[in-house]
Amino acid sequence: MSEVSAAAQPDDKRVFYLENEHPHADGGSTALGFWIYLMSDCLIFAMLFAAYGVLGGNYAAGPSPKDLFDLPLVAVNTSMLLLSSLTNGFAMLATARGRVAATQLWLGVTILFGLAFVGIELREFAHMIGEGATPQRSAFLSSFFTLVGTHGLHVTFGMIWMATLMVQIAQRGLIEANRRRMMCMSMFWHFLDIIWIGVFTFVYLMGMLR
Amino acid sequence: MQAESPAVHFLLGRFTLESLPIHEPILVVTFLVVALLGLALVGAITWYRLWGYLWREWFTSVDHKRIGVMYLVLGIVMLLRGFSDAIMMRLQQAIAFGGSEGYLPSHHYDQVFTAHGVIMIFFVAMPLITGLMNFVVPLQIGARDVAFPFLNNFSFWMTTAGAVIVMMSLFVGEFAKTGWLAYPPLSGIQYSPDVGVDYYIWALQVAGIGTTLSGINLVATILKMRAPGMTMMRMPVFTWTALCSNILIVATFPVLTATLALLALDRYLGMNFFTSGLGGNPMMYVNLIWIWGHPEVYILVLPAFGVYSEVAATFSGKRLFGYTSMVYATVVITILSYLVWLHHFFTMGSGASVNSFFGIATMIISIPTGAKIFNWLFTMYRGRIRFEEPMMWTIAFMLTFAIGGMTGVMLAIPPADFVLHNSLFLVAHFHNVIIGGVVFGMFAGISYWFPKAFGFRLDPFWGKVSFWFWVVGFYVAFMPLYLLGLMGVTRRLRVFDDPSLQIWFVIAGCGAFLILLGILAFLVQIYVSIRDRERLADVTGDPWNGRTLEWSTSSPPPAYNFAFTPVVHDNDAWWDMKRHGYSRPLAGFNPIVVPRNTGAGVILAALCTILAVALIWYVWWLAALSFVAAIAFAIFHTFDYNRLGTVAAEEITGTESERTRLLAGTAAP
Amino acid sequence: MSTHAHDDRGGAHGGHDHGNGEATPKSYLTGFILAALLTAIPFWLVMAGTIDNPAITALIITALAAVQIVVHMVFFLHMNARSEGGWTVMALAFTVIFVVIALAGSLWVMYHLDANMMLAPHEMSQTP
Repeated sequence: MSEVSAAAQPDDKRVFYLENEHPHADGGSTALGFWIYLMSDCLIFAMLFAAYGVLGGNYAAGPSPKDLFDLPLVAVNTSMLLLSSLTNGFAMLATARGRVAATQLWLGVTILFGLAFVGIELREFAHMIGEGATPQRSAFLSSFFTLVGTHGLHVTFGMIWMATLMVQIAQRGLIEANRRRMMCMSMFWHFLDIIWIGVFTFVYLMGMLR
Repeated sequence: MQAESPAVHFLLGRFTLESLPIHEPILVVTFLVVALLGLALVGAITWYRLWGYLWREWFTSVDHKRIGVMYLVLGIVMLLRGFSDAIMMRLQQAIAFGGSEGYLPSHHYDQVFTAHGVIMIFFVAMPLITGLMNFVVPLQIGARDVAFPFLNNFSFWMTTAGAVIVMMSLFVGEFAKTGWLAYPPLSGIQYSPDVGVDYYIWALQVAGIGTTLSGINLVATILKMRAPGMTMMRMPVFTWTALCSNILIVATFPVLTATLALLALDRYLGMNFFTSGLGGNPMMYVNLIWIWGHPEVYILVLPAFGVYSEVAATFSGKRLFGYTSMVYATVVITILSYLVWLHHFFTMGSGASVNSFFGIATMIISIPTGAKIFNWLFTMYRGRIRFEEPMMWTIAFMLTFAIGGMTGVMLAIPPADFVLHNSLFLVAHFHNVIIGGVVFGMFAGISYWFPKAFGFRLDPFWGKVSFWFWVVGFYVAFMPLYLLGLMGVTRRLRVFDDPSLQIWFVIAGCGAFLILLGILAFLVQIYVSIRDRERLADVTGDPWNGRTLEWSTSSPPPAYNFAFTPVVHDNDAWWDMKRHGYSRPLAGFNPIVVPRNTGAGVILAALCTILAVALIWYVWWLAALSFVAAIAFAIFHTFDYNRLGTVAAEEITGTESERTRLLAGTAAP
Repeated sequence: MSTHAHDDRGGAHGGHDHGNGEATPKSYLTGFILAALLTAIPFWLVMAGTIDNPAITALIITALAAVQIVVHMVFFLHMNARSEGGWTVMALAFTVIFVVIALAGSLWVMYHLDANMMLAPHEMSQTP
């Protein structure tokens, strides 16, 4: 240090540090950090899609999509998820306007749609397994159950998250931290919706075209 | 225990007393030694009443510097384990000739080479680079911590949990006997019905979560928390390489997680992803795991490139030559590393078009890498080079890595690969790039930043001893393997028939012994440095006449890193500050908000470890219980809204005045 | 709006957080209607068998899925090129590149492998 100041030429135009910083606010990186997490999750799904893409035609002389898929049911299921995305959006709007009761209401409605989605999916799985189309039956069924099931698990976690948030908002109201959590949760939920677009297009609809 | 009751089976799953390797003298002796050393360590910590200190100041710390140091300690401890495996293999291969079976039975030898690979990559190289990035990056970008300090602590403990699970397999049950990537069908339930592969899967899943989260954390940190004025093209090169490395972590560790999850589904639920029947395809596993596996080597080597860049510029007393080309080369390597995975299985049976695409893509990577070597050479050219330890490692790297790179281009040529594939030539090649690239880089980085972390330098004499043993040992150990590989010797063999090969294995064994001396010298170096810390002390905070921001603060840096957030005007921010009359602020400090320490990361990682062990041993009740407990605890933790504390202005004033006093003390004589 | 504390730092300028940008009831409803249409059309195409050629149907529903993904990103996630100083879009672009490489690469590599083996893919589907 000492030899440095001797060698240096004074240059008072340059500012080398912030004298008065506004206090460091928590959570400035949360949105981006959570987005990056979603991108990594997206790659997990990409690998499951890859597995389905490569192995999805290997029925091993077992049932094929045409024997198993019930498109009207999938359509109903898809609409459940789409509606939940809309109500989730309404919850976000209520949060932005600081309305606690409305936020809670819309979160509750979103959870109900989510429950309907997972319920229908479980019923579909049970039906398939009942017909002998178990995940063990063929590589096609292994990759189908894993891809769709992983999405379903994500939806389930999303609902647990929403329920937790409802308690936390009831306790503390829409404070800054809870708004941030709402934002992340809704990103997560919309992200799952986007994954589902891939699922119904490439698994269900394309499966019927094979 | 043979005819066990259903109750015992319910309670302990497939664990029985037979699972303990009491009939294996080598393991029993190892266990006794480890147990004794462990007891001695625990005893010493208890005797000196350090548990409270360790818990409060280290284990629960959310300070990126302490977490970084803990990562480095983990890496060095696991290096000892991974290297023991290496020595055992070298000894076995050196003596198992002329009808001799050596001293390792095959099921043990297979575990040794699997564990060596897994430990060296996941629990030595990864913790070392993650530790270095954790410690250095926030300091280099003028930040007070990473973006998510609690997550950082949790990531560290997840990595440690993975290491604990691997270590457990040594004494309870067994490890995988499949090679470090556990290819099916060998790793499937049919051919590996034991716990080994399950240990492998769950250790990597647990550690993988930690690595992914730490990658997300550092990417967000670098993108969002740079000091004012530090644009992307003013970031230090180490930070750039850390950014690219962590982008690769975020982009590839999920692939590993997914692939291992599919393997686990095959093993646990009888699914058919990678089986040989019912439509499964084992080659799909090979394809998926290398989509992770190839970028992984760039995850390891890019930060090492960053270290060399910092060291070459600092010890040549010059600005880094070709900063912009260095950045572009790094980014190009990042993208290309994702396009070459098939060169690991040219022999799988794909046709000429696939193989030539991936072969050419692989060769193209050598262009940006070569550009980097020239940049370092030009940085040194006409510089005032100081041959301190970090610089010595850097020069050894350039020589060694060039050889490794050239053998890599040879392997990238599909027809040549058909001959060299799976041979000791390949083993020699990847050790050449990983030791010559990553390990040398970590030693350069550790000796370069050690004074920053602890306030005293590493002892140069023992550093040089370690350096020469390592470098000479490396060449003696691995050049014979190149020759053997060219002669057609395949890897992972336990016994040999051709007596003319023995001499080469004996030479390689001697090389491994020299490396052992290098490691021991490194440990002695740390001991001597701590003992002589007064003699080696550095109070300036800038022992090497550094160029980047981490050298502008004290050594070790205070918890808040910088009393005032620095403002950056140049690539070499600290060099610029020194040249333009920067004077350290002595008053007017404001309170600083810092996150509070928390034990939640330790507890959550412990629950995950229990979950993993329960899954490995089929103890379903415990698996269910620990899974629910982990989720419940994670939710419980989110109810803690009060996570920040404040460093008062008076405390900062005190710390900074102490530093002023120390600086004045050095100036006086 | 969340904090702008870091706007003065480095390259991290601008800063619409997700879900807050231009979120209005109208944007969500527009998105919902578009998404519902873009879901209904492919279901209708496949269920009614409107187009005889399955390859063309597959192409159309793939295109519709791509459009729907964009609709979700714009109207539900409120993504734009400026959020987080452009880093969200950059991260997305990187992810798309990686996903395309990994997916297309895996399919190419594995089908190429099958083509060189004795079994053609269509036979795989019937082999136990």
